[in-house]
Amino acid sequence: MSTARPAPQAAPRAQTPHSTGHIVDDETTGIPSFEASGGDWSEIAEEAARLGEERIVVNMGPQHPSTHGVLRLMLEIDGETVTEARAGIGYLHTGIEKNMEFRTWTQGVTFCTRMDYVAPLFQEAAYCLAVEKLLGITDDVPERANVIRVLMMELNRITSHLVCIATGGNELGATTIMTVGFTAREELLRIFELISGLRMNHAYIRPGGVAQDVPAGAVEATREALTNVEHYLRQLEDLMLANPILHLRLKDVGYLGLSGCMALGITGPMLRSAGLPYDVRKTAPYCGYETYDFDVPTAQSGDSWGRVEVRLEEIYQSIKIARQALDRLERNPGPVMVEDKKIAWPAQLAIGSDGMGNSLAHIKEIMGTSMEALIHHFKLVTEGFRVPAGQVWQTVEHPRGELGVHLVSDGGTRPYRAHFRDPSFNNLQATSIVCEGGQVADVVVAVASIDPVLGGVDR
Amino acid sequence: MTDEKKDAAQAVKPGEGTTAAQPTTQAAAEAGSQNVPATQADAPRTPLDLVDVRTGLFGVHGSGDTSGFGGLVTTVLLPGPSERPYGGWFDEVVDVLAELLDASGTGFSAAVEAVVVDRGELTLNVAREHVVEVAQHLRDDQDLRFELSLGVSGVHYPHDVGRELHAVYHLTSVTHSRSLRLEVAVGEADPHIPSTTGVYPANDWHERETFDFFGIIFDGHPGLARIQMPDDWPGHPQRKDYPLGGIPVEYKGATVPPADQRRSYS
Repeated sequence: MSTARPAPQAAPRAQTPHSTGHIVDDETTGIPSFEASGGDWSEIAEEAARLGEERIVVNMGPQHPSTHGVLRLMLEIDGETVTEARAGIGYLHTGIEKNMEFRTWTQGVTFCTRMDYVAPLFQEAAYCLAVEKLLGITDDVPERANVIRVLMMELNRITSHLVCIATGGNELGATTIMTVGFTAREELLRIFELISGLRMNHAYIRPGGVAQDVPAGAVEATREALTNVEHYLRQLEDLMLANPILHLRLKDVGYLGLSGCMALGITGPMLRSAGLPYDVRKTAPYCGYETYDFDVPTAQSGDSWGRVEVRLEEIYQSIKIARQALDRLERNPGPVMVEDKKIAWPAQLAIGSDGMGNSLAHIKEIMGTSMEALIHHFKLVTEGFRVPAGQVWQTVEHPRGELGVHLVSDGGTRPYRAHFRDPSFNNLQATSIVCEGGQVADVVVAVASIDPVLGGVDR
Repeated sequence: MTDEKKDAAQAVKPGEGTTAAQPTTQAAAEAGSQNVPATQADAPRTPLDLVDVRTGLFGVHGSGDTSGFGGLVTTVLLPGPSERPYGGWFDEVVDVLAELLDASGTGFSAAVEAVVVDRGELTLNVAREHVVEVAQHLRDDQDLRFELSLGVSGVHYPHDVGRELHAVYHLTSVTHSRSLRLEVAVGEADPHIPSTTGVYPANDWHERETFDFFGIIFDGHPGLARIQMPDDWPGHPQRKDYPLGGIPVEYKGATVPPADQRRSYS
């Protein structure tokens, strides 16, 4: 549907079905505007041609399905060519960082996991590593907790890359890429649910370790899920890698070379598709990544196709790391939380008749036998633990690039400041350079190859 | 900030305040802060970052304190300047930077107010007029090569009178696998810092975000507009005096106050 309205002059607020009117000021008076909400663009094109307009600014989003959430793209187009592209963000800003300043250090996990909701475990891990660095207990985190963190992060990397590839294919009209990708992701979401209790927004990684040990049978179930994921991956590769349509749509589209990436602070698959094997897991290992055997895949093309190649190969590397982590879980039983009872969450979780909660043995102890244990539980849960004053910076390799956490403590029970350097926030700065000069249809491909998740961008 | 709090903040500044308050505040500064070397009374003022001034012992506010600890005043300071050797590659980087800054005529002591090593991380407190030059040296010299900027974060320290707003830059050297932090402090009354986008184009959106949330004005930025909040939004939401907001929630007859009005333990 489309309508061409005359420029509003007498009545400045034109009656529209929208909550806010169009901008009407001196500069916009007399400029015709068109509104498209799906349907046929040819009517708009005809109307524009009739009016003899040459410079057209198209607002794509914030509700356009191919902008990965509420991203607004402002495109100036000349025919089918994009001459200028700007990204507008902030539509999903929820003040998570500000909110974290009003919760305890442990509760912060529940907030930061909701930032980049496609890769929640990375925010949790980065935040907890930063809190542990502030506390000075990095080396006290048990080995098994680190292995579980690595396992969860790598499974999460697979699901995140699958979402990127699947939605990217869907936006090109290749629905099968989407269905296969999401089916494969479903396998791993079941594993997340089995281990953490939730499919997303887990709040599973906690300062000092993880919320609970993996349940019985999880290792076998994960092995089976990984085999299934490999099966779906082969289907995806059969479908994608020699597909002439995908080659035509993706190759040489959304190009950003190495110098451009470095200048704009681009990291992750975008940087690696330009040829630089920069990966925080190798350059500044955390959670024991230096002890795992894996490669950092790169491509040389610096275009959207290269990014797909890098992501597909990274999924295989993540499967490889996850299998090593599973082997270690089988070999190495042990605690999953630091020993320091002034920091460690007092109870492990367990599933009872009324859902998940504190383990029955713990409830029995604090309610029946030890008053001190009850006080300790109450103090730690409601008041939290104190963290010595200072600031730290912790980065992890997020599926979209380098995720940085800047934490400041004032010596109290809450973060004084928590800042997340989200990789998709930074990478979206490349929107202009990867879109300008291309066609409107290539904008969709280029933005999909940046793989922004607006929950993380806006926080 | 209330007058009372301002007085307290002023009194506990090392080297400042009235002489009568000096003995207690020095003791308080030493007791209440981690890793802070004792400062001489006649030494030049070092940029110690004051985070908070607390009273009492248990961190509870608003309820009657019958413990007898109500008169206790504790100051919270961030880790102060470190002494050489800094350890590891920190010395090398500081030496190279000092050489470059001295050669350019700026002078290391004029540009870098303090070198802080804490929790294995290197922080350079930089005077705001020299932050662009320092960043340029850090990026371009072959022994430094901090080519990747990971953005700008802001922190608001309302008790740090005259230096309330801090911009924090995190730089990474891909070549040498190192990272360090630059910290620039300015006052609320004059919140201007030169923009580093000329050296690190990546800082474009990050500086916009820091402007949006803290009101730090980055002079020379190509388009310093709000990025997360709407353009006509009043105030800067991440400042400490900006309320969190929220409404009380009623559940099964009980009322839960909004997060910023619940009891807190500092």
